[in-house]
Amino acid sequence: MPEIRNYTLNFGPQHPAAHGVLRLVLEMDGEVIERADPHIGLLHRGTEKLAETRTYNQALPYMDRLDYVSMMCNEHAYVMAVEKMLGVTVPIRAQYIRVMFDEITRILNHLMWIGAHGLDIGAMTIFLYAFREREDLMDCYEAVSGARLHAAYYRPGGVYRDLPDSMPKYETSKWHNAKDVERLNRNRQGSMLDFIEDFTDRFPTCVDEYETLLTENRIWKQRTVDIGIVTPERALQLGFTGPMIRGSGIAWDLRKKQPYEVYDQLDFDIPVGTNGDTYDRYLVRVEEMRQSNRIIKQCVKWLRENPGPVMLDNHKVTPPRRDDVKGDMESLIHHFKLFTEGYCIPEGEAYAAVEHPKGEFGIYMISDGANKPYRLKIRAPGFVHLSALDEMSRGHMLADVVAIIGTQDIVFGEVDR
Amino acid sequence: MSDSVRKLVESTTSRFQQAGGLCKEALGEVTLEIPCEKLLETCGILRDDPSFSFEELIDLCAVDYSEFGDGKWEGPRFAVVYHLLSITHNQRLRLRVFLDDQQPVIDSVVDIWATANWFEREAFDLFGVLFKGHPDLRRILTDYGFIGHPFRKDFPLTGNVEMRYDEEKGRVIYEPVSIETRINIPRVIRHDHRFADGSSSEGENGNA
Repeated sequence: MPEIRNYTLNFGPQHPAAHGVLRLVLEMDGEVIERADPHIGLLHRGTEKLAETRTYNQALPYMDRLDYVSMMCNEHAYVMAVEKMLGVTVPIRAQYIRVMFDEITRILNHLMWIGAHGLDIGAMTIFLYAFREREDLMDCYEAVSGARLHAAYYRPGGVYRDLPDSMPKYETSKWHNAKDVERLNRNRQGSMLDFIEDFTDRFPTCVDEYETLLTENRIWKQRTVDIGIVTPERALQLGFTGPMIRGSGIAWDLRKKQPYEVYDQLDFDIPVGTNGDTYDRYLVRVEEMRQSNRIIKQCVKWLRENPGPVMLDNHKVTPPRRDDVKGDMESLIHHFKLFTEGYCIPEGEAYAAVEHPKGEFGIYMISDGANKPYRLKIRAPGFVHLSALDEMSRGHMLADVVAIIGTQDIVFGEVDR
Repeated sequence: MSDSVRKLVESTTSRFQQAGGLCKEALGEVTLEIPCEKLLETCGILRDDPSFSFEELIDLCAVDYSEFGDGKWEGPRFAVVYHLLSITHNQRLRLRVFLDDQQPVIDSVVDIWATANWFEREAFDLFGVLFKGHPDLRRILTDYGFIGHPFRKDFPLTGNVEMRYDEEKGRVIYEPVSIETRINIPRVIRHDHRFADGSSSEGENGNA
């Protein structure tokens, strides 16, 4: 009889289903996982250490590069921590804009997740569908901040600028003739809010489309139902947050439980799962997209009716207007000081957390009274979720590991920091 | 100070004062400082006592205080900070434990919160804090075979070695770094408490 022994399999770091640079060392008994040991850190850039040598405003763009599929939510936690320590309250319009973009970001993130997760476990079409809608939201990012990914749009004290009155339009090229361009530009004629409203009107139909592809799909259910079950007790022990804990049936959402900005004035529901398996987490995230859409709708309505400032008028923290800098000495000095030295935050410490698309994203900041953070700790949800991979994948087949990585919605920018 | 925060401060103070715990509130957040040897006992109570029930360990990190306030720090150099969350009571608590300067060793809380496993590996990797009773205290974020603990304040920002592929040797080699640390904006400490104490003259938005 031939000798049978455990097999150690190296998975990644160059593997399309590893979502970046995950290296997994799997100990297997045949095709069954006995132990999974994720090796992370291949994308470690030392963001927290770098931030210690940058002023508060200079460290902000690093946040975009943590979880690079939900950029503005990362920024949000950071600016909230800074504002908490400064003790300033941002204008209400800026709060609505932030909430609206948080939800746009949530949809962006979940679209990326559903596409990548589907692709990993054998659904090709969903990826193309999801990227079609992502493109529109990316255009919103670009219209408001000038960048499609790394926006740096939220600033301590508000948001960088008010929403634009027009959307960028397509132009004729050798790929698009005049008729195409006319069709593509049809919903880009008005302001950005018109464009977003148009998006929220058609997005629920898009989600229905995704669901027709997956929800009752036999292959999809075979790959996800009863895979990676996490009981509520284990979910707490493992430090799960966000869709991961809601998939296990605990209705915990910071937007409801510890509301920040204007979430307490908006109407939305928290979906929860029942079995805590991959399929439930899929359903939770799909429903979250619908709820985000609802929130965006309410924000658009409010923003249309209530113009106002989007940045604090306190020029120790926020830059003065450009024309003031040209004509007014004090503004010039404020501008110079802000961009050379920055501002000092009083000694102390704060922890600010937001309901990030992936879970609780927190910033723990210690200041010693200087113009740079003394210590910045980023609490990344992906790091915690990935640490549970071993427990979730034990006893499953090799192919299920891919489904579990997908359901955890891992992005290495935040795991490795 | 809101009611729930005041209640939490009172209950933690009365429960842990005997054991040397010190409870403070700042910016609406509650911080409990306890001596290193009482950690496991305290964490057990915080998780299991129904009046606290901090079921989740949200974050764990180490802090190197050696350059705090540009040299005015006199306390111990290292601290480990735990952020706890109670889903039942919807409240948070920060737990801080200062460590011995010579031997930064602390008990591992892996048996209380399983999340601590990777967080403690990270704190060990980046700060060199040792966790007694941790099942698998390996480096996690830095390279295989890395030397030093990069987030300590005395570790240079640019690191000590750089890596490249050597054509002749046909493998990756490590060399001393060739770049210089460049800091464009100096670090300054200003005692500008216009925001902290609320006596702002900068308009209505400056108050806390």
